[in-house]
Amino acid sequence: MIMHFTIDGKKIPFQEGQTIMEAAMAAGIYIPHLCYNPEFVPHGSCRVCVVKASERFVAACTTPATEGMTVANETEELQKDRSELLQMLFVEGNHVCPGCEKSGACQLQAVAYYCGMLAPEFTYFYPMRTVDSSHPDVAIDYNRCILCELCVRASRDEDRKNIFSISGRGIESRLTVNSPSGKLGDTDFDIHDKAAHVCPVGAILHKHEGYSIPIGKRLYDLKPISMVGDISDHQED
Amino acid sequence: MTAQTARELSDELLKKWGHDSSKLLQILIGLQQALNHIPDDAIQFLATELSLPRAVVEGVISFYSFLDPQPRGDYDILISDNIVDQMVGSRHRAEQLAQRLGVKLGTTSKELNLSLDYTSCTGMSDQGPAALINGYPLTRLTPERIDEIAAYIKEPLPLAKWPRELFQVDENIQRRDLILNTELPQGAALHAVQDRGAKRLLDELDASGLRGRGGAGFKTGLKWRLCRDAETTERDRVVVCNADEGEPGTFKDRVLLQAYADRLFEGMTLCAAVIGATQGFLYLRGEYRYLIEPLEQELRKRRDDGLLGNNILDQDGLDFDIEIHLGAGAYICGEESALIESLEGKRGIPRIRPPFPVTHGYLGRPTVVNNVETFIKAAMIADRGPDWFRSRGTETSTGTKLLSISGDCARPGIYEYPFGVSIQSILDDCGATDTQAVQVAGAAGMTLSPDEFGRSICFEDVPTGGSFMIFDNSRNMLDIVHNFVSFFAHESCGFCTPCRVGNPLLKKRLEKVIAGHATGMDIEKMLEIGALMKSASHCGLGATAPNPVLDTLARFRPVYDAHLRSTSFEPAFDLNAALEEARELTGRNDPGAFIKGGGV
Repeated sequence: MIMHFTIDGKKIPFQEGQTIMEAAMAAGIYIPHLCYNPEFVPHGSCRVCVVKASERFVAACTTPATEGMTVANETEELQKDRSELLQMLFVEGNHVCPGCEKSGACQLQAVAYYCGMLAPEFTYFYPMRTVDSSHPDVAIDYNRCILCELCVRASRDEDRKNIFSISGRGIESRLTVNSPSGKLGDTDFDIHDKAAHVCPVGAILHKHEGYSIPIGKRLYDLKPISMVGDISDHQED
Repeated sequence: MTAQTARELSDELLKKWGHDSSKLLQILIGLQQALNHIPDDAIQFLATELSLPRAVVEGVISFYSFLDPQPRGDYDILISDNIVDQMVGSRHRAEQLAQRLGVKLGTTSKELNLSLDYTSCTGMSDQGPAALINGYPLTRLTPERIDEIAAYIKEPLPLAKWPRELFQVDENIQRRDLILNTELPQGAALHAVQDRGAKRLLDELDASGLRGRGGAGFKTGLKWRLCRDAETTERDRVVVCNADEGEPGTFKDRVLLQAYADRLFEGMTLCAAVIGATQGFLYLRGEYRYLIEPLEQELRKRRDDGLLGNNILDQDGLDFDIEIHLGAGAYICGEESALIESLEGKRGIPRIRPPFPVTHGYLGRPTVVNNVETFIKAAMIADRGPDWFRSRGTETSTGTKLLSISGDCARPGIYEYPFGVSIQSILDDCGATDTQAVQVAGAAGMTLSPDEFGRSICFEDVPTGGSFMIFDNSRNMLDIVHNFVSFFAHESCGFCTPCRVGNPLLKKRLEKVIAGHATGMDIEKMLEIGALMKSASHCGLGATAPNPVLDTLARFRPVYDAHLRSTSFEPAFDLNAALEEARELTGRNDPGAFIKGGGV
């Protein structure tokens, strides 16, 4: 049976068990997100998809839609909340868009544009992070990791390799690689793995192709993320 | 310790815990206790044996404060850094000890075989300054005791030979009411369910109005009923006692575990009989590890008396037993779904809810998680009936509440009050004068100012899990808030953005205020960050973590304002100070190496 709820006053059909995000995507409505990817079990950590459902703030990607639910999505209040969450992600890591080879094809950057975020107004952390270039085809720049865990989920649930994991706690949380040395080159990671194609930012980078599409002609240089969707939908194996 | 013995010990622990990956945390705790660290060898071995990725094992180790891949000393001292411990001199004692021994706080001295550091509240706020040494509590750390301890470490005298009074933990019960004044004969609650049946017991629990004593106040009867009605294979349900009493300033569960363990186990067994469970866990915070032996002894006694094990009270099929699992220094594991994750041997990351533990809990099985005090009260209601319980308290907050009272008062300790008691009467009873503020329900609770002391402790006004910290007018409120904010920054699990980043951001801003560099704009930012954490966080920790900042900004604003600069903007960091590292590296000390103003 088809049921309905509303997003910003628009009637959206959904089926039993669908989340707000799934129903919105099916109906062509964009809800900003970073850690969500329809191919994997959602876990709601980035909180960028926060919406107001019947006066409660919830993550759209993990909250089931219910009959008659009233969801607010593109309100000034929520765009401000999202903008602040994005600022938090920017200051937590070392994100230097002008010098990043992912610029123009980075979801963090694109969602920030979409939500109207300008320069972060929070205190920068400037954490000391490293770059792992031990693998012949793929590099990891930990400066840009936003802990979305998409690579963790892809490697665990689809590649069945469990190459990535999370260590530490709180602000010390960090992405780790499953090898005694902690280096990607010491794992059986392959550029054709699903986990090599899900990073929404410039943390997991394919080597030897950095600027094959010049800046200015990249996905989000041409159209906003609300129209073209996630970067992972546009990456080829 | 050689690699061979680390391997042997791992093997032994794997056998003890049945080669079960859900016991990983317990195995790691065993290794840490025996070897003072988790050797790399053991990490690889456990990963292989338990078919877990090595990075997952490392992830678990790095999540818990009491697990360390680097060797810690044979003397491993952690000084309780709760604000109430600080108020009676914990930081001075820590520095005194470091100075006497010639070591640096936060480091391990190979020479003395000693590690010295701070830790979150150890649950001894009524008898501080307190510390843990190798997991055992040291209380009332006077300067004389610190000198004594320093001498033992220098000698070195094995811990087992230290005088017992250093480790003495007092019950300190100052006020008894309904629960602490009433006996519960062993087995009485179980006889009640045997005589009157589970359904009738649930009705009585409903009629008593009992609500969870951990703080959230969910109706206990309803929770048990939901679990009992959850679809599952027969008797597959699980009973979990949350004894991860981590809220700063709380220690009432410690006293209950120390003096009323029999009632707790009676309550858990009652729950098992009512909902149909065979397996029970007591999740004991790592700081209370010293209670394991007496608790195990109590469990053995109950097994001997036919009150645990198979065919309890000779009733066919009434099988239930309780296993004790230790925590390892993670406040978030007091959140029930994080606690379940931790029970399963994982990092304590709160789950997405729904589904709730009553239908999908431990290993996906229907699970009741209740606080220590809740189980004890349920057992006593089964014996005495709902009217007895309702004779105290208010209409919607029935019965009594145990409070852990600490801070600026003459008589800290455990106080049992009927719900509805006013803050002022509590202050009068414990001998608090010149009170500036009361922090109810711990760091995540409410900061109350004197004009609110007429308010009362109950779910409908000022709810609490039991922490009640008192601050008189000699205290600087900003120091108190800073302690709480630092606590949350340390204890955030790191899963969601607003809590992981918001807490340290709040801490940075508050430090800017305290340093006298903040302006009105910084206060606006703190309010903004706090509001975002409240609305967007994944779990209750993130949603309540900004409370001390938001509460004090609402009630003690002049304290903040007095520290503010009148300019519209001040940089977040001191550019000159930031150049210090460069000066050190280049060995420069000339005027050109210093800078005035600037920063962002």
